[in-house]
Amino acid sequence: MATPLAYDLEVVETRRRWPEALRDFGRRRPLGAIGAVVIVFMLLVAGLAPVISPYDPVAIDFGAMLARPSSAHWLGTDSFGRDVLSRLVHGSRTALLVGFGASILGAAIGAILGVGSAYFGGRVDLYVQRVMDIFLAFPLIILALALVAILGNSIPNLIMAITVPMIPRCALVIRASALSIREMAYVDAARAAGFGHARIVLRHMLPNVMAPFLIMLTAFVGQAILLESSLSFLGLGVQEPTPAWGLMLSGAAVEFAERAPWMAIFPGLAISLAVFAFNLFGDSLRDALDPRLRTQ
Amino acid sequence: MRRWRGPFIALLILALALPVWAQEKPRSGGELVFVVPSEPPSYDAHQEETFGVIHPVAPHYSTLLRVDPLDKTGTKPVGDLAESWTVSKDGLVYTFKLHKGVKFHDGSEMTSKDVKASYDKILSPPAGVKSLRASAYAAVKEIEAPDAHTVRFTLKWPESSLLLNLASPWNWIYKADILAKDPQWYMKNVMGTGPFKFVEHVRGSHWVGKKNPDYWDKGKPYLDGYRAIFISNSAAQVAAVRGERAMIQFRSFSPPERDSLVQALGPKITVQESPWDCLNFVSMHHQKKPFDDKRVRRALSLALDRYEGSKALSRITLVKDVAGIIVPGTPYATPPQELEKLAGYGRDINANRAEAKRLLREAGVPEGFAFTFKNRGIPHPYEPLGIWLIDQWRQIGLNVKQEILEASAYHPMLMRGDFEVAMDFQCGFIVEPDLDLGRFLSISDANYGKHKDTVIDDLYVRQARATDMEERKRILRTLEKRLLDDEAHVVYTLQWHRIIPHNSRVKGWTITPSHYLNNQLDTVWLTE
Repeated sequence: MATPLAYDLEVVETRRRWPEALRDFGRRRPLGAIGAVVIVFMLLVAGLAPVISPYDPVAIDFGAMLARPSSAHWLGTDSFGRDVLSRLVHGSRTALLVGFGASILGAAIGAILGVGSAYFGGRVDLYVQRVMDIFLAFPLIILALALVAILGNSIPNLIMAITVPMIPRCALVIRASALSIREMAYVDAARAAGFGHARIVLRHMLPNVMAPFLIMLTAFVGQAILLESSLSFLGLGVQEPTPAWGLMLSGAAVEFAERAPWMAIFPGLAISLAVFAFNLFGDSLRDALDPRLRTQ
Repeated sequence: MRRWRGPFIALLILALALPVWAQEKPRSGGELVFVVPSEPPSYDAHQEETFGVIHPVAPHYSTLLRVDPLDKTGTKPVGDLAESWTVSKDGLVYTFKLHKGVKFHDGSEMTSKDVKASYDKILSPPAGVKSLRASAYAAVKEIEAPDAHTVRFTLKWPESSLLLNLASPWNWIYKADILAKDPQWYMKNVMGTGPFKFVEHVRGSHWVGKKNPDYWDKGKPYLDGYRAIFISNSAAQVAAVRGERAMIQFRSFSPPERDSLVQALGPKITVQESPWDCLNFVSMHHQKKPFDDKRVRRALSLALDRYEGSKALSRITLVKDVAGIIVPGTPYATPPQELEKLAGYGRDINANRAEAKRLLREAGVPEGFAFTFKNRGIPHPYEPLGIWLIDQWRQIGLNVKQEILEASAYHPMLMRGDFEVAMDFQCGFIVEPDLDLGRFLSISDANYGKHKDTVIDDLYVRQARATDMEERKRILRTLEKRLLDDEAHVVYTLQWHRIIPHNSRVKGWTITPSHYLNNQLDTVWLTE
């Protein structure tokens, strides 16, 4: 146990190391850094949405129907006269809520299943992996569509529908890492010391699969945002008048594509940018955390 | 010189008028190609209720009466197989004289026996055969065929809607001998007396009909044939008309689709528009609180700025007129000055909303009260109307969440009564109060809000039996006030608006308030 003095020194050292690590990440992985900046910007926008959005995102203003981008409406208005920028700003909340919610849940459940499956091996591993194989046989979007159709379309159900297809993908990757950790001496030592299964899995194995876990997590956020947008576009996700990027792309945006292209262009850009940012950041994080790539 | 002036002017006028006259004279020949957004589940109109049957199959059949194909109100019955008819003084006996020499497509002669057999199937279907409109003929006591060309309907009580009911586009006349052998034969086969004979139906692709040279109305049809192509996607339907691969779609296009076609094709496209005998209204479940309280239901109606909504929504979806219980522009429609007296139809929206808030307070509904509005997942006009309604209700302090359901889940939800507030709809095939208002009877299966109102039931029967038009109008106004204002059992939104942009080569077709009407195509012709 650290003495108070030692603890303080550790904190100071950590504080000193973080900016340095970030600078290092930015210098070595500039694309990842750009992705990180966009993600932080999105988080800020989502957090401050009620303060920074110029209009109420659901308020209809028939006097401003289909207004082109101007100083009054920077990104124009939709067919109900609703401000596109305000709907994009508030839509980022939906995207991030569903994106982070589904990916954190999916990656966490997947990690526990993957580590548990690797640790117990034998029949447990066999059964868990065959169940995962069944889920993996379905394309992401098909499985999510089926689940939304069964559960109904609310935000919690949407998160659940996107979480389920994420679980086997994460479990597979984490299991591969956990298989090698299972053979490590410290796991044998923990067993010899008489620790319970739960303690060995949670305290000794899980922390050692954090690198692939974080990589999967960041990769999933982008995928989850894309899935949420796709489901909303298909009318199975978030419902009007709640602002959501995929929803903004559907319906009237298609019908008025020629007369009011801004209705589709800006939400499309927002989705692309968000997914691109998470993918860039995820790739760079993988490179940074993979010891083989790090030495290169 | 002066003596030549008169004949010269006359010749000039004639020369100018000649092309116009020549252009409007029906021309024979050509194939009409039209888009149908859905396919027929079966071929038997007596058992079906979708325009997917009427549009491609109706040209093969005749009906006893029909709605005048040139009447824009779609309310004037004229003879089809019936050459003439008389009504007894007590209004209980209708006698129809049939055209002679009418032949089925197999060459056999059509007689009163066939009309009787067809109506017997509709009114009292044999076991295992559906009849969706049997209840509309509850007043009919007996149908007789005293001779080969006379049909007599005897009623239990006088009913003002009988003639229009006999002009129903669903009541195709089938061959009695075939019905006697197999009453289900017409579900999979086509054989009528209509202006076009059946050629082929390729499921998922098209339906083809060719001119019937033995059609009883000599000189018609003008077309050599027609081809219905099945396209469910609305963007593909527009593309088909824009690319001139199809000439018309008889249901409706949306305002943006109309605008894009007009912009692309200019004078090559002609647009016909009409109020549509379809309407979305809001059903509130009368057994669920706080919607069991008429003050709350009235508040939901008072919140709607129908006049501003009409102006704006008509630019983006299939709604337009602010209307009461009857389609505007038709004989029993509510005059605008009377309409404005109903709750939620007054021009002063601020006063309406202040009243709505007062009613909610009085009913104990708190500011920010939340409920779920269930809507159907159809882009036009359900979804835009849903967004508009939620915005209007927000303005009286209600917090409404929308839940959109696919068609397969939507109808069972309504029937189960699994809603507090839901979008409901009414779509008639002829503008006739009996047909449009039957769903608001306490015993109706389509009374999804489950109101029990014997006053409305009584008013409905009284208007149905009123033979004097003015008296019927008065009763209808009373019924309307009770339904939409005093009890506010339902909240009417805006009347649907039918928009048919068609290729300018298509002539002889007139829009009506129903997309089930005027599809026999005998009057339609194509210019060069």
